[in-house]
Amino acid sequence: MKKGHIIGLGIIAVAIIIIMSMIGDASTYESFSNAKAMKTKGDDKAIHVVGQLKKGQSGNVEGIEINEDKTSFYFLMVDNEGTEQKVFYNEPVPPDFSRAEQVVVIGAYKDQDLFVADKILMKCPSKYQETELKTAGM
Amino acid sequence: MIPFNMINTFIGNLGHFALILAFVSALITAYSYYQYTIAQELDKANWRQFSRVTFYIHSFASITVAFALFEIIYNHRFEYFYAYSHSSKALPVHYMISSFWEGQEGAFILWIVWNVVLGLVLIHTNKFWEGPVMIVFALVQAFLVSMILGVVIGDLKIGSSPFILLRDAVSAPIFQINPDFKPEDGTGLNPLLQNIWMVIHPPTLFLGYASTLVPFAFLMGGLATKRYSEWVRPALPWAQFSAMILGMGIIMGAYWAYVTLNFGGYWNWDPVENAVYVPWLIMVAAIHTMITFKKSSTALKSSIVLVIASFILVLYATFLVRSGVLGDSSVHSFTDLGLSGQLLIYMLFFLFIAVFLAAKNWKHIPTSDKEASVYSREFWIFIGATTLALMAFQVILPTSIPVWNALVESFGGISNMAPPADQIGFYTKFQLWFAVAVALLTAVGQFFWWNKMDPKALREALVMPYIISVIISALIIVFGKVYDIPYIIVVLASVFTIVANSSILIKLLRKSTFKLAGGSLAHIGLGMILIGIMFSSGYSEIISYNLSGLTYSNSWEEEMNKEHVLLWINKPTQIKDYTAVYRGRQKKVVGVPGFVNVKQLKSTGEINEAIALEDIMARGRTYFSKGDKVNIVLEENDYFQIDYYKDSVYQFSLNPMSQFNTSMGLISSPDSKRFVNRDLYTYVSAINDYEDPEWREDEFYEVAPGETFYISDFVTTFEGGEVLSQVDGLDLREGDVAVKAKLVVMDYDVEKRLEPVFIIRDNQVGKIAAIDNELGVKVELENIKPETNTFSFKVNRYQKDYVVLKAILMPQINILWAGTILMLIGFCVAIYRRYDEFKKMRDKGMEA
Repeated sequence: MKKGHIIGLGIIAVAIIIIMSMIGDASTYESFSNAKAMKTKGDDKAIHVVGQLKKGQSGNVEGIEINEDKTSFYFLMVDNEGTEQKVFYNEPVPPDFSRAEQVVVIGAYKDQDLFVADKILMKCPSKYQETELKTAGM
Repeated sequence: MIPFNMINTFIGNLGHFALILAFVSALITAYSYYQYTIAQELDKANWRQFSRVTFYIHSFASITVAFALFEIIYNHRFEYFYAYSHSSKALPVHYMISSFWEGQEGAFILWIVWNVVLGLVLIHTNKFWEGPVMIVFALVQAFLVSMILGVVIGDLKIGSSPFILLRDAVSAPIFQINPDFKPEDGTGLNPLLQNIWMVIHPPTLFLGYASTLVPFAFLMGGLATKRYSEWVRPALPWAQFSAMILGMGIIMGAYWAYVTLNFGGYWNWDPVENAVYVPWLIMVAAIHTMITFKKSSTALKSSIVLVIASFILVLYATFLVRSGVLGDSSVHSFTDLGLSGQLLIYMLFFLFIAVFLAAKNWKHIPTSDKEASVYSREFWIFIGATTLALMAFQVILPTSIPVWNALVESFGGISNMAPPADQIGFYTKFQLWFAVAVALLTAVGQFFWWNKMDPKALREALVMPYIISVIISALIIVFGKVYDIPYIIVVLASVFTIVANSSILIKLLRKSTFKLAGGSLAHIGLGMILIGIMFSSGYSEIISYNLSGLTYSNSWEEEMNKEHVLLWINKPTQIKDYTAVYRGRQKKVVGVPGFVNVKQLKSTGEINEAIALEDIMARGRTYFSKGDKVNIVLEENDYFQIDYYKDSVYQFSLNPMSQFNTSMGLISSPDSKRFVNRDLYTYVSAINDYEDPEWREDEFYEVAPGETFYISDFVTTFEGGEVLSQVDGLDLREGDVAVKAKLVVMDYDVEKRLEPVFIIRDNQVGKIAAIDNELGVKVELENIKPETNTFSFKVNRYQKDYVVLKAILMPQINILWAGTILMLIGFCVAIYRRYDEFKKMRDKGMEA
């Protein structure tokens, strides 16, 4: 076998390792009910859940409980299937959190009742997306 | 009379006309350069003249486009959507420049202008290559201009123009009443971009993007004119230039993130970052194979593949970042302007042309028949380039997960793949080992490069550097406390490449000129970068663990590390070796060095303007007197003063910034204390909103002068009352009685005087409360009871002011910055050498 072939095989092997590891480490988008089912089956892998903060009738965000030292908090989130879930986040409340139109939590169920987020991504009403003039500055 | 703020349509029409002219002239340039390359000798001069003129017209039009857009921003023409949504009146000129490229359209203009500059340089530095290279350039320009053309043909919208009027971009009822309505002010620039690095970073990055076109254009020209190997010489200095500029762009972006963003570091493996890193890796790989080819006529095919890949990857990166396909997987992806289709066509067009030309000529491309020996530099450089390519592959693959999902879904499937949850861990576990391999290869490779090697010579050459680097590594490992095996290997590999390349560098400097030193300098820089990253990221230490001793509702929560610490105002709090004390909010005032506490300022209601409530002193000098009007630098910015003590001795203050922005919520920027061997990096992660406090229920105290009592847990002394002859903001009349109570409130080492006022006029009682926002205390003098000689106070409390802080130690980060500078210098030396080579050959008439 020529050296070139060995190198070629080596490259292919590394590329396969890279692809396999990506497939293995890639997270998935799930609903809360799926995530809970995964936890029940013993799968602790971190997954993504997309949803919104729970809002009351007046449109205010409900259910945010900030711990006394302000370094962590709980909140209620409703996923795209409508399941409501209490979520814990071990970070201070992100500043524009209650304004988020959409939130993505990355994490896993701690037990049957509580979802622990390792990371939260927020989609906020961006100034780049405005299609209506604000009354301010008129 | 002409209405004062009449809409100026002229400048927008000029800009739009220039866009169309730029588009048409780019197409004509491409056509005429094509005619030039196939023309007979006699006609060539004419065609060349004509092509140059059309390219000059194109250049002029492109620069006019840029000028028109800047004019709109500079003169606050908010009747234009671009100015309205990206700038505001309060912005200083250098941030107006940032506004220019905040939007996608401006970014494309930047790219177009850089291509124009590069094209003009190429026209005047090349003889033979002018024709073929400029065809590619002109075609690329046509595609780029079409992105912002803003022409609608039937249902087909081509490009998104930056020159549309606000009334055409948004639908607001006001335009039905008054079509000439023009807003007073724009919505401003994203506060994160209000940073000096954001003024110079995008132009650098786009020059990097633009410059990848040059080697690609030479390659296409070479393939089309069947000069399969001659293109390498002119392309090489440009490939090096491109890698240098892209590298600089990456570093600037990382540095910007480090000083402005609060994700706690300089690199986050965000798709936007990866989108530059990947083409850079490939370009670096291409440089190495091209250099090999120049020395020994091998690796031409790999060079071709890599040059094509670097150009296409830049387009792919643009597509990823700007088409909206990333959705929520990136913190700063742009919104979809409906350009994804156009971007895709642009990318696929050049991919198809490149693959077609390469495939058609593949069998004619010279290759070396002899198998590269393990003791040849070709072999090792090829391995190095392969490693770089695999590194790039490992990054681009997961970054493309959203594309994969979109692809599956467009064929009706369902794919719910998401990027890895722990991005940093995921990328690091591969990139670390690839980087180690690259470091080792650069060390060994340099020996092969400069010497003929056989097993014996290699052993002899490597023994000394090896011994020296083991000794140095041992010292670093012991003194830097590097006890993790992977990091020990990183240290060994990095030190080895530094030592080996240094020895080569010394030899080169002794024997010949500095001109040849580029490679070794860049490789030494690489070694330093790796050591810097290993220490600053691998051994970064969060020191703001909360030691408040609070008990949590759940026991498991106690086990979780709270990585932030709550600092109440004036309360000393332990943060590792330091005692930190939060001392209040400050503003930056024009003309005053450092910061000014908000207690000394009162807003006048005008933007960025305040009245000094007391003399403003700094460094022993009085800058403003009480009552002066002062100008604030961006009044939205609050700087939180945090003093650090060690063993009760004051050390330094840090002032992390936070901005409450109406459109983006709270923006937080870190402040770092820089030591030679480490940085203390801190930022505020949450603040108290004390603008509109919700006062708690009333508390009443009856106190006699001289008595001490407690408000909340503040020791408060009532010194006594005082009859006033005048009261601020009130005209006292004959018969009025005004009394103030003098309260001294102690909060740790800070003494505060609160003086509520009680006024009697015509049997009516008036009260002026004393409010202290920092303590969250409001005191009113409720009544004076002469019979008991006591004063009665009404107290309302709110919480004390606080910040939640995160503090991280980043060891040896300066080695990283120093390494990047060294690497850039290495690139510059290499560019100079290769360009000099090209120029000499060109002047001998041996250009192609």
